[in-house]
Amino acid sequence: MIQVLFFARFREELGVESEQLEIESLSCVGDLLDRLQHRGDTWARLFAEDQRVMMAVNQAVADRKTPLGEGDEVALFPPVTGG
Amino acid sequence: MNSIRVQVEPFDPNHEVDLLRDNDPSIGAVVTFIGLMRDINEGDKVSRLFLEHYPGMTERALQEIVDEANSRWELQHCRVVHRVGDLRPTDPIVLVAVASLHRKEAFMACEFIIDYLKTKAPFWKKELTPDGERWVDARESDDKATQHWHPQ
Repeated sequence: MIQVLFFARFREELGVESEQLEIESLSCVGDLLDRLQHRGDTWARLFAEDQRVMMAVNQAVADRKTPLGEGDEVALFPPVTGG
Repeated sequence: MNSIRVQVEPFDPNHEVDLLRDNDPSIGAVVTFIGLMRDINEGDKVSRLFLEHYPGMTERALQEIVDEANSRWELQHCRVVHRVGDLRPTDPIVLVAVASLHRKEAFMACEFIIDYLKTKAPFWKKELTPDGERWVDARESDDKATQHWHPQ
């Protein structure tokens, strides 16, 4: 299993803070994004290829090619706005 | 010595600079950046700000930024304090304070740290305007400011 976390606008628009997913068939973050996008509606809109999505695996900045492993914590969030 | 804090409680920038200096007689320069909550954004009045973050990754990201600054310039001490939770206009949001032997390194490192923080540390602002709440959009100018440091 992997743990997927959503933050800020993503969390609010999806109405989901976190979820557990089976890792099988998800070899990298890009696979996860494709899977989520296929859910349609808000998922499709937020995770479309042309949308700016920041991603992290185990709390380190990642990209679509970052590999996934059992027990990983993946976070998906909009561009950051701190400071 | 470096110090990184993410906290709900308000902080006093002057006190933070005293802590950074810690009577170290070898410090020749201190540069600070204090980010404050404005009461106006995108032309609208803003009465409240809520800052969300990703606990764990936030501290880690800030540590990496400070480490990178230390690898690029010869610094003595760095101090970063960032608030989360509810803020009101005039509240300090973030403090970046850098001490070095000479001013150049402190100026450069301070600007570098805040530029990187704004595009890499997982914080998100939501503001309250007369029309209701809205998430603040990331600015292209912040991306440019980060890129100008030629990420290695």
